[in-house]
Amino acid sequence: MFVVTACRPADPDLVKIVSSLPRTGSAKHQSDTLVRGIRMAIEEAEGRVGPFRVEYLDLDDSTAAAGQWTSEAEAANARRALQDPDVCAYIGTFNSGAAKVSMPILNLGDLLMVSPANTAVGLTKPGMGTPGEPEVYRPTGRRNYARVVPADDLQGPMAADWAVRRGVKKVYILDDNEVYGKGIADLFDERCRELGVEVLGHDSIDAKAQEFKSLMASVKATKPDLVYFGGTTQSKGGQLAKDMTAAGVGAILMVPDGCMEQVFIDSAGAANLEGRCFVTFGGLPPAKLTGKGGEFVQRYREKHGELPEAYAVYGYEAARVALHAIATAGSKDRRAITDAALGIRDFDGALGHWGFDENGDTTMRTLTVNIVRNGKFEFEEVLHEADLVAEPAASAGATPAP
Amino acid sequence: MSAQFFLQQCLIGLTNGALIALVALGYTMVYGIIGLINFAHGDLIMLGACLALSIVGALGLAAVDPAVTWVAIAGLVLVCGLACGSLNVAVDRIVYKPLRNAPKLAPLVSAIGVSFIFMNIGLFWLGSADRSFPELLPSDNVLPDDWGLQFTQKDRLVVLIVVPLMVALSILVRWTKLGKAMRAVSQDPTAAALVGVDVDRVIAATFFIGGFLGGAASVVYSLYINTIGFQMGFQNGLYAFTAAVLGGIGSIPGAVLGGVVIGLVRALASAYVGERWTGAIVFAILIVILVFRPEGLLGRRVREKV
Repeated sequence: MFVVTACRPADPDLVKIVSSLPRTGSAKHQSDTLVRGIRMAIEEAEGRVGPFRVEYLDLDDSTAAAGQWTSEAEAANARRALQDPDVCAYIGTFNSGAAKVSMPILNLGDLLMVSPANTAVGLTKPGMGTPGEPEVYRPTGRRNYARVVPADDLQGPMAADWAVRRGVKKVYILDDNEVYGKGIADLFDERCRELGVEVLGHDSIDAKAQEFKSLMASVKATKPDLVYFGGTTQSKGGQLAKDMTAAGVGAILMVPDGCMEQVFIDSAGAANLEGRCFVTFGGLPPAKLTGKGGEFVQRYREKHGELPEAYAVYGYEAARVALHAIATAGSKDRRAITDAALGIRDFDGALGHWGFDENGDTTMRTLTVNIVRNGKFEFEEVLHEADLVAEPAASAGATPAP
Repeated sequence: MSAQFFLQQCLIGLTNGALIALVALGYTMVYGIIGLINFAHGDLIMLGACLALSIVGALGLAAVDPAVTWVAIAGLVLVCGLACGSLNVAVDRIVYKPLRNAPKLAPLVSAIGVSFIFMNIGLFWLGSADRSFPELLPSDNVLPDDWGLQFTQKDRLVVLIVVPLMVALSILVRWTKLGKAMRAVSQDPTAAALVGVDVDRVIAATFFIGGFLGGAASVVYSLYINTIGFQMGFQNGLYAFTAAVLGGIGSIPGAVLGGVVIGLVRALASAYVGERWTGAIVFAILIVILVFRPEGLLGRRVREKV
């Protein structure tokens, strides 16, 4: 990939859409499908938007040596996009931690950033992340970030509600101590306590450790009904599942969308997950999409000969948001494009009708639970936000004052 | 339950410790004989694991009859051991031998270089994502159920491979002519040469034995942990090197003791303090021991020669 930037003047007929995703390492499979989704959206528009030709740049925010995203690569991608006057939209990132790096950089140039996969709450929602979030990502005080995937404020708690409905009484919670994993595990933890589920323990693991046999022996001794892991395939989700079986922990395993990829099943060994591992995911799995989403899945299948991975449709949707915003703005004015995107209130997309709220979060609030069967993810049930607001079942101590 | 839980953690610690000890032997033997900390040892084991994975894949060993599995595992240990041993000897010939009389820092930095080369070969071989190693052995408990302890076939495999290898090594070092020559070279290479010991041959043999143990360790590791990746050498090497230093680098029983201590400390720290503190506790103990016994638990104090 060679691109001359800096000293070349802007091309008046060209807009560039950039994506920054982990293109090497264990997340590659997922980013491949995201990139295919993005490409399909651009191809569908026949490579044009309004008066402009569209060029797409597929940047990598990971390195082979690290095997995953690095701050340096992500920052370099963001700066490169910012300095190229033709770049009108930045699709990314995959990892919430990486978004923390590029958000403040892109904010300086009001460049639109649409994430197909970030779910950490602090990136957008005031008062839900660490103090100072999300203002720290907006040095200019203006917003430029939006995401098409529902955030973890829904995923963590709804997973807890689902567990309660399933009759789970005692849980053991683990996380990988990263922005995304710890964030979602804390939300799950909090909701469990609200619902009167006994939290037997909450430990952070060292994602560089090689095995977790001692930890799993400790988990086993507490006899949980469910083990929750807030983390990703890249932060040892597979190894945990393996050691869980080896230690003879009989509980079911629940993981968030960061593990919703075939590589997770491969790394854990399908037999270790069979029928006992549940994955929450924002939105519907590909096989359940209807309308525009169904058409997308159909076309994807024709083109690539396989069902898309769960995230592909988010890549597609993010690219369509970018194209829509550029068309609405009708110019290469970055601020106008960003405003056009953030102003979307009713988008007829592959994920159904949705819009962005005042934080840049999607109003789509559907989640699904999937189970691993026969070495594949299988759709189990849809979770609705309404279920969450419903009665906190057995919240002890909530008796009203006499 | 509490005593049982403690025993369970000790069992896990001992099993892990045995594996660490096997790797630590490679460090300590090479150090003992030429005073070189062979930083490439961990990555040598990673390459052994790559080889094991390729063999298992090519021969379809994941699907063989359980009766054949043990033969297959013995074969894997032998093949990977020989391959790693030979590779270790080759590296010594090409990289370390020309630097035998150079300042100590030169071979040390070269060892780091070799480590990077190995790591990149592993990167080509495996790709950058972690790979799952087929479960040749099931995770069923071999202890009676009413004991309430979990000791699976995989755990048993570690003991069944590591203990005989260690016994064989002790016999070799203590009772054979080669062992005597190795001890002589380790004490004073010049004097050993004067009494007719072929020093180069002894050094090559040491590299071979260290590498063989590393190759065996790679197979045990793959079958026990079931996940391999091109970066596994670093973590592996770090703990094993720590074990060697803790036990007294250069001392063979010291490496074994150090490995077992580290395995136990890790397991108990995870159980009673918290998983995230295990690394910190292991290295804190290392520092404390080195402050009071700089030569390690079983090491002998070496007087600087002037």
